[in-house]
Amino acid sequence: MTGPTPLVTAQDPGSRSAQLRRRLATGDLGSLPVVVVLVVVWVVFQALSPTFLSADNLVNLVQQSAATGVIALGVVLTLLLGQIDLSVGAVSGMAAATVAVGSVRLGWPLWLAVLVALAAGALVGLLYGAVHTRLRVPSFVFTLAGLLVVTGLQLRVLGAQGSVNLPFQAWLVRFCQTAFLDPALSWAIAGAVVVLYGAARLRDRARRVAAELSAPSLGSVGLRVGALAVLLAVTIAYLGTDRGVGAMFALFVGLVALTDLALRRTRWGRSVRAVGGDAEAARRAGVPVRRVLVSAFVACSTLAALGGVLAAGRLAAANQATGAPEVALTAIAAAVIGGTSMYGGRGSAWSALLGILVIQSVSTGLTLLNQDQAVRLVVTGLVLGVAVVVDGLQRRARES
Amino acid sequence: MSRTPVVSLRGVSRSFGAARALVGIDLDVHAHEVVAVVGDTGAGKSSLVGVLSGALAPDEGQVLVDGAAVSLTDPAAARALGIAAVFQDLALCANLDVVENLFLGQETVRGGLLDEVAMEKEAWRLLGGLAARVPSVRMPVAALSGAQRRSVAIARVLLGEPRVVLLDEPTASLGLTQVAEFLTLVERLRERGHAVLITSHSLSDLQAVADRIVVLRLGRTNGEFDADKASYEDLLAAMTGVPR
Ligand SMILES: Nc1ncnc2c1ncn2[C@@H]1O[C@H](COP(=O)(O)OP(=O)(O)OP(=O)(O)O)[C@@H](O)[C@H]1O
Ligand SMILES: [Mg+2]
Repeated sequence: MTGPTPLVTAQDPGSRSAQLRRRLATGDLGSLPVVVVLVVVWVVFQALSPTFLSADNLVNLVQQSAATGVIALGVVLTLLLGQIDLSVGAVSGMAAATVAVGSVRLGWPLWLAVLVALAAGALVGLLYGAVHTRLRVPSFVFTLAGLLVVTGLQLRVLGAQGSVNLPFQAWLVRFCQTAFLDPALSWAIAGAVVVLYGAARLRDRARRVAAELSAPSLGSVGLRVGALAVLLAVTIAYLGTDRGVGAMFALFVGLVALTDLALRRTRWGRSVRAVGGDAEAARRAGVPVRRVLVSAFVACSTLAALGGVLAAGRLAAANQATGAPEVALTAIAAAVIGGTSMYGGRGSAWSALLGILVIQSVSTGLTLLNQDQAVRLVVTGLVLGVAVVVDGLQRRARES
Repeated sequence: MSRTPVVSLRGVSRSFGAARALVGIDLDVHAHEVVAVVGDTGAGKSSLVGVLSGALAPDEGQVLVDGAAVSLTDPAAARALGIAAVFQDLALCANLDVVENLFLGQETVRGGLLDEVAMEKEAWRLLGGLAARVPSVRMPVAALSGAQRRSVAIARVLLGEPRVVLLDEPTASLGLTQVAEFLTLVERLRERGHAVLITSHSLSDLQAVADRIVVLRLGRTNGEFDADKASYEDLLAAMTGVPR
């Protein structure tokens, strides 16, 4: 995607490998590095434990990643703004408790309990947004305060026993545990996605040609659409040899795709990246910085609450350990491992999916190798450490 | 001039703690006019541009547009009234590409989604008229040279044909030919009927293009000169406060 004038081709025809190295160094390659990491992790674990890449294991793996992945998606939004919400785990725990207590103990309809939980999450985000934009307090401090308060609320809501079970026939539990997309439906959705994507690409290309802008060749459009089609087909076909695509995982991927669209193709998304890159410059360009910040905090907390609701459904229970500090740390780690910078303004919704898949793969793989929690924490910590170092190095490369 | 000024300041003051950046400033800028605001470092030039562009709220005083008092609550409000600025530090987001920066805060939308094609086309058109060419409008601004960034900032100010163009120290860090090219651009803006306000800390740069020169010193207006008639010594005395 370069300009139409000869100036572009005149620009350094220099070695492609040098260009690639520079893009790698500055992080301009986007999601590619994590995809490579994910493939390496898969190959290594498959070599060590032959059942790792079995359809059965992969179905479990992606289902297991969905709830925390949704939380990580919210974290990506705050990181893009150069902010952080440390309380996402607590908010997810409170949401889980609200759903369980509301629907079981108080006898609310389940949908109402879910709505109340999501609204409570949104409210927390609204408070954070207000505190941040009015008082200009750094977000890691007041979300830490929020973490404590919300955890206290969660314990109070759960009451003395500290655990509430959801009935197995509840739709939420069935949705999260046993609902898999019908193969016909999976293929129909995948087909529709490929057709829509292809049509959008072609229309875009036609408009660019009509506007005399540089346009991708038909071949490269075909290659992209084909790659997407193959990726979806292989995933559906392979998971289909077992139980198929889990409804909860499909919901997660759908949310990631929608968020990606919002970030890349709407004014709101552009504002998010601008504010994350340079808030003062964005303000002087006329971006409503406060509104953008508040909206991102609200979206983050609401997604955290949704993640908690899904976790409750998957466990068929809410207890004091739902949304324990480890959840927030995993979600934040997933966002960073997935390639979203902690310095703001750089990253993508897809990093939530890719990052959580890396973490969940490491965790599942080590479990298959009979390693305990201790090893899992150490390895995940090391992966995060590497991701953070890479993020820092890329930032330095960009600034030099 | 008897016409109503496009934009005026009346008794505008602004302090930063103990530092009084602007004190009781009165200023008019007309259409078809280039006003140069000169002053030493810290004289208040950037603060003046800040108030006019809605980026800085005055403590006291009023901003008038076409003779009517307005409240410039933020830069978007000023833009809506036809006032746009190139700030001293350019105020570009380094992580965004050229097109994204040009249209930041005023993106073109089509069916709810950003219309990248229309924006990219307009970006080429705007940049085509300016001196420093950018190799690609899809390059992050971080990868551009200083002169190219300045072109992007100037192109952004021209977007949507604002009536008032504010340029804060546009000639600092420019080479001689670049200054000449820039002054041609300013003259073109005046011909097209824009009201232009340019600041500088150097006397020589702007005298050729300005109609009027306003001297700022320690936050106050310290003299207003007809650009054709003002002598270097008069201006220097007003800027430094040393009597001739
Ligand atoms: N954000 C701020 N915080 C504190 N003081 C400020 C701020 N902005 C400006 N000032 C002070 O206000 C006064 C005027 O500053 P201003 O930037 O408007 O001057 P200037 O004429 O643009 O100077 P320069 O030539 O250095 O750009 C200075 O004393 C400066 O220190
Ligand atoms: Mg200044």
